[in-house]
Amino acid sequence: MNLSEAKDFVVSTASLKEVRDFCREIFDKINLPQEQKDELVLAIAEAAQNIVKHGYKGVEETTDRMEIKISLKDNDLEIGFFDKGKAVVPENVKHRKLDDIKPGGLGTFFIKQIMDNAVFKKDQNGWVNHLVLTKKI
Amino acid sequence: MSYKVSEEGNVSTVFLNGEIDMDVTEKAKEVILPLVEAGKEVHLNLKDVSYMDSSGISVLIESHQKALEKNTKVVVKEVSKSVLKVIMMAKLEQILNLE
Repeated sequence: MNLSEAKDFVVSTASLKEVRDFCREIFDKINLPQEQKDELVLAIAEAAQNIVKHGYKGVEETTDRMEIKISLKDNDLEIGFFDKGKAVVPENVKHRKLDDIKPGGLGTFFIKQIMDNAVFKKDQNGWVNHLVLTKKI
Repeated sequence: MSYKVSEEGNVSTVFLNGEIDMDVTEKAKEVILPLVEAGKEVHLNLKDVSYMDSSGISVLIESHQKALEKNTKVVVKEVSKSVLKVIMMAKLEQILNLE
Protein backbone atom coordinates (compact mmCIF):
# COMPACT_ATOMS: atom_id res chain seq x y z
CA MET A 1 0.00 0.00 0.00
CA ASN A 2 1.28 3.48 -0.87
CA LEU A 3 0.01 6.66 0.70
CA SER A 4 1.02 10.22 1.45
CA GLU A 5 -0.89 12.49 3.82
CA ALA A 6 0.04 15.77 5.48
CA LYS A 7 -1.57 18.01 8.07
CA ASP A 8 -0.52 21.16 9.86
CA PHE A 9 -1.03 21.93 13.52
CA VAL A 10 -0.65 24.97 15.73
CA VAL A 11 2.64 24.68 17.63
CA SER A 12 1.20 24.01 21.06
CA THR A 13 1.04 21.23 23.63
CA ALA A 14 -2.72 21.29 23.07
CA SER A 15 -2.10 20.04 19.50
CA LEU A 16 -0.34 16.85 20.57
CA LYS A 17 -3.59 14.90 20.93
CA GLU A 18 -4.58 16.07 17.46
CA VAL A 19 -1.22 14.88 16.13
CA ARG A 20 -1.78 11.43 17.63
CA ASP A 21 -5.30 11.24 16.22
CA PHE A 22 -3.99 12.15 12.75
CA CYS A 23 -1.37 9.38 12.96
CA ARG A 24 -3.79 6.79 14.31
CA GLU A 25 -6.22 7.50 11.52
CA ILE A 26 -3.50 6.89 8.93
CA PHE A 27 -2.03 3.81 10.61
CA ASP A 28 -5.50 2.29 10.83
CA LYS A 29 -5.38 2.08 7.02
CA ILE A 30 -2.15 0.08 7.16
CA ASN A 31 -2.02 -3.57 8.09
CA LEU A 32 0.34 -3.47 11.05
CA PRO A 33 0.26 -5.03 14.53
CA GLN A 34 -1.36 -2.68 17.06
CA GLU A 35 1.83 -2.67 19.14
CA GLN A 36 3.83 -1.32 16.19
CA LYS A 37 1.18 1.30 15.44
CA ASP A 38 1.35 2.45 19.08
CA GLU A 39 5.14 2.73 18.87
CA LEU A 40 5.00 4.76 15.67
CA VAL A 41 2.41 7.11 17.17
CA LEU A 42 4.68 7.56 20.20
CA ALA A 43 7.72 8.36 18.04
CA ILE A 44 5.80 10.91 15.98
CA ALA A 45 4.24 12.51 19.04
CA GLU A 46 7.68 12.76 20.68
CA ALA A 47 9.11 14.50 17.62
CA ALA A 48 6.16 16.93 17.58
CA GLN A 49 6.64 17.51 21.30
CA ASN A 50 10.31 18.32 20.70
CA ILE A 51 9.24 21.08 18.29
CA VAL A 52 6.93 22.59 20.92
CA LYS A 53 9.34 22.08 23.82
CA HIS A 54 12.70 22.93 22.25
CA GLY A 55 11.99 24.71 18.96
CA TYR A 56 9.70 27.18 20.70
CA LYS A 57 11.40 27.19 24.11
CA GLY A 58 10.54 30.41 25.95
CA VAL A 59 7.67 31.21 23.60
CA GLU A 60 4.45 31.47 25.61
CA GLU A 61 2.04 31.30 22.72
CA THR A 62 2.40 31.29 18.96
CA THR A 63 0.23 31.16 15.87
CA ASP A 64 3.02 29.33 14.01
CA ARG A 65 2.10 25.99 12.58
CA MET A 66 4.10 22.80 12.11
CA GLU A 67 3.43 20.30 9.36
CA ILE A 68 3.65 16.54 9.58
CA LYS A 69 3.75 14.46 6.43
CA ILE A 70 3.40 10.68 6.55
CA SER A 71 4.34 8.73 3.43
CA LEU A 72 4.41 5.03 2.79
CA LYS A 73 5.91 3.61 -0.35
CA ASP A 74 6.04 -0.17 -0.52
CA ASN A 75 7.32 -0.93 2.99
CA ASP A 76 9.22 2.29 3.54
CA LEU A 77 7.58 4.62 6.00
CA GLU A 78 8.78 8.23 6.01
CA ILE A 79 7.56 10.92 8.36
CA GLY A 80 8.52 14.54 7.73
CA PHE A 81 8.28 17.31 10.31
CA PHE A 82 8.46 20.93 9.21
CA ASP A 83 8.62 23.85 11.62
CA LYS A 84 9.68 27.49 11.90
CA GLY A 85 11.10 27.34 15.40
CA LYS A 86 14.71 27.81 16.45
CA ALA A 87 17.14 26.19 14.03
CA VAL A 88 18.17 22.79 15.29
CA VAL A 89 21.85 21.93 15.48
CA PRO A 90 21.67 18.18 14.81
CA GLU A 91 24.90 17.49 16.74
CA ASN A 92 23.25 18.93 19.85
CA VAL A 93 20.25 16.59 19.73
CA LYS A 94 21.09 14.02 22.37
CA HIS A 95 19.13 11.98 24.86
CA ARG A 96 20.17 11.57 28.47
CA LYS A 97 21.99 8.46 29.62
CA LEU A 98 19.43 5.89 30.70
CA ASP A 99 21.19 5.15 33.98
CA ASP A 100 21.12 8.83 34.91
CA ILE A 101 17.58 8.60 36.24
CA LYS A 102 15.92 12.01 36.16
CA PRO A 103 12.86 13.58 34.58
CA GLY A 104 13.24 14.57 30.93
CA GLY A 105 15.52 13.65 28.05
CA LEU A 106 13.73 10.50 26.96
CA GLY A 107 11.76 11.69 23.92
CA THR A 108 14.72 11.54 21.56
CA PHE A 109 15.71 8.17 23.01
CA PHE A 110 12.24 6.78 22.25
CA ILE A 111 12.42 8.09 18.69
CA LYS A 112 15.79 6.41 18.17
CA GLN A 113 14.56 3.17 19.68
CA ILE A 114 11.46 3.02 17.49
CA MET A 115 12.61 4.42 14.15
CA ASP A 116 15.40 3.19 11.87
CA ASN A 117 16.71 6.67 11.13
CA ALA A 118 16.24 10.32 12.11
CA VAL A 119 17.86 12.99 9.94
CA PHE A 120 17.56 16.78 9.70
CA LYS A 121 17.43 17.66 6.00
CA LYS A 122 18.66 20.82 4.35
CA ASP A 123 15.73 21.15 1.91
CA GLN A 124 13.62 23.23 4.31
CA ASN A 125 11.61 24.85 1.50
CA GLY A 126 10.64 27.94 3.50
CA TRP A 127 10.65 26.16 6.84
CA VAL A 128 13.43 26.42 9.42
CA ASN A 129 13.71 22.74 10.28
CA HIS A 130 12.89 19.58 8.36
CA LEU A 131 13.26 16.37 10.33
CA VAL A 132 12.75 13.06 8.55
CA LEU A 133 12.09 9.83 10.42
CA THR A 134 12.18 6.58 8.47
CA LYS A 135 11.37 2.98 9.18
CA LYS A 136 11.04 -0.17 7.15
CA ILE A 137 7.72 -1.75 8.13
CA MET B 1 -6.86 13.40 31.39
CA SER B 2 -9.12 13.13 34.38
CA TYR B 3 -8.43 11.81 37.85
CA LYS B 4 -9.89 10.91 41.20
CA VAL B 5 -8.21 10.51 44.54
CA SER B 6 -9.17 8.23 47.39
CA GLU B 7 -7.62 8.20 50.86
CA GLU B 8 -7.26 5.35 53.28
CA GLY B 9 -5.04 5.91 56.30
CA ASN B 10 -1.70 7.15 55.05
CA VAL B 11 -2.26 5.83 51.54
CA SER B 12 -3.60 8.10 48.82
CA THR B 13 -4.65 6.39 45.60
CA VAL B 14 -4.71 8.52 42.49
CA PHE B 15 -6.72 7.03 39.63
CA LEU B 16 -5.59 8.63 36.39
CA ASN B 17 -7.69 8.33 33.27
CA GLY B 18 -7.04 9.07 29.61
CA GLU B 19 -3.85 10.04 27.80
CA ILE B 20 -0.88 11.56 29.60
CA ASP B 21 1.24 13.86 27.47
CA MET B 22 3.06 17.18 27.86
CA ASP B 23 -0.23 19.03 27.78
CA VAL B 24 -1.42 17.49 31.05
CA THR B 25 1.76 16.78 32.98
CA GLU B 26 1.52 19.96 35.06
CA LYS B 27 -1.99 18.99 36.09
CA ALA B 28 -0.83 15.47 36.97
CA LYS B 29 2.04 16.86 39.06
CA GLU B 30 -0.32 19.27 40.84
CA VAL B 31 -2.37 16.26 41.94
CA ILE B 32 0.43 13.86 42.85
CA LEU B 33 3.32 15.91 44.26
CA PRO B 34 1.45 17.62 47.15
CA LEU B 35 0.39 14.19 48.40
CA VAL B 36 4.01 13.01 48.29
CA GLU B 37 5.18 16.25 49.93
CA ALA B 38 2.69 15.57 52.73
CA GLY B 39 4.45 12.25 53.35
CA LYS B 40 1.62 10.09 52.03
CA GLU B 41 2.28 6.76 50.39
CA VAL B 42 0.88 7.36 46.94
CA HIS B 43 -0.56 4.65 44.74
CA LEU B 44 -0.91 5.65 41.11
CA ASN B 45 -3.52 3.51 39.43
CA LEU B 46 -2.89 3.57 35.67
CA LYS B 47 -5.54 1.02 34.66
CA ASP B 48 -7.37 3.60 32.58
CA VAL B 49 -4.35 5.37 31.13
CA SER B 50 -4.29 4.38 27.48
CA TYR B 51 -1.25 6.41 26.41
CA MET B 52 1.79 7.88 28.11
CA ASP B 53 4.73 9.64 26.48
CA SER B 54 8.12 10.75 27.82
CA SER B 55 6.46 13.64 29.69
CA GLY B 56 4.27 11.20 31.59
CA ILE B 57 7.33 9.06 32.35
CA SER B 58 8.98 12.19 33.75
CA VAL B 59 6.05 12.63 36.14
CA LEU B 60 6.53 9.05 37.37
CA ILE B 61 10.27 9.63 37.88
CA GLU B 62 9.78 12.97 39.64
CA SER B 63 7.12 11.52 41.93
CA HIS B 64 9.28 8.51 42.74
CA GLN B 65 12.32 10.65 43.51
CA LYS B 66 10.33 13.10 45.61
CA ALA B 67 8.92 10.18 47.59
CA LEU B 68 12.42 8.89 48.32
CA GLU B 69 13.34 12.35 49.64
CA LYS B 70 10.29 12.29 51.90
CA ASN B 71 10.93 8.73 53.11
CA THR B 72 7.75 7.45 51.58
CA LYS B 73 6.97 5.71 48.31
CA VAL B 74 5.00 5.92 45.12
CA VAL B 75 3.57 2.62 43.90
CA VAL B 76 2.51 2.37 40.25
CA LYS B 77 -0.39 -0.04 39.96
CA GLU B 78 -2.41 -1.83 37.28
CA VAL B 79 -0.33 -0.46 34.43
CA SER B 80 -1.93 -0.99 31.03
CA LYS B 81 0.03 -2.98 28.46
CA SER B 82 0.77 0.02 26.26
CA VAL B 83 2.05 2.13 29.17
CA LEU B 84 4.14 -0.75 30.50
CA LYS B 85 5.81 -0.96 27.10
CA VAL B 86 6.89 2.70 27.41
CA ILE B 87 8.12 2.20 30.99
CA MET B 88 10.15 -0.80 29.83
CA MET B 89 11.52 1.11 26.85
CA ALA B 90 12.83 3.68 29.36
CA LYS B 91 14.26 0.75 31.37
CA LEU B 92 12.44 1.92 34.49
CA GLU B 93 10.66 -1.30 35.43
CA GLN B 94 13.33 -2.05 38.04
CA ILE B 95 13.44 1.53 39.32
CA LEU B 96 9.76 2.36 39.81
CA ASN B 97 7.66 0.39 42.29
CA LEU B 98 5.38 -1.48 39.90
CA GLU B 99 2.56 -3.68 41.17
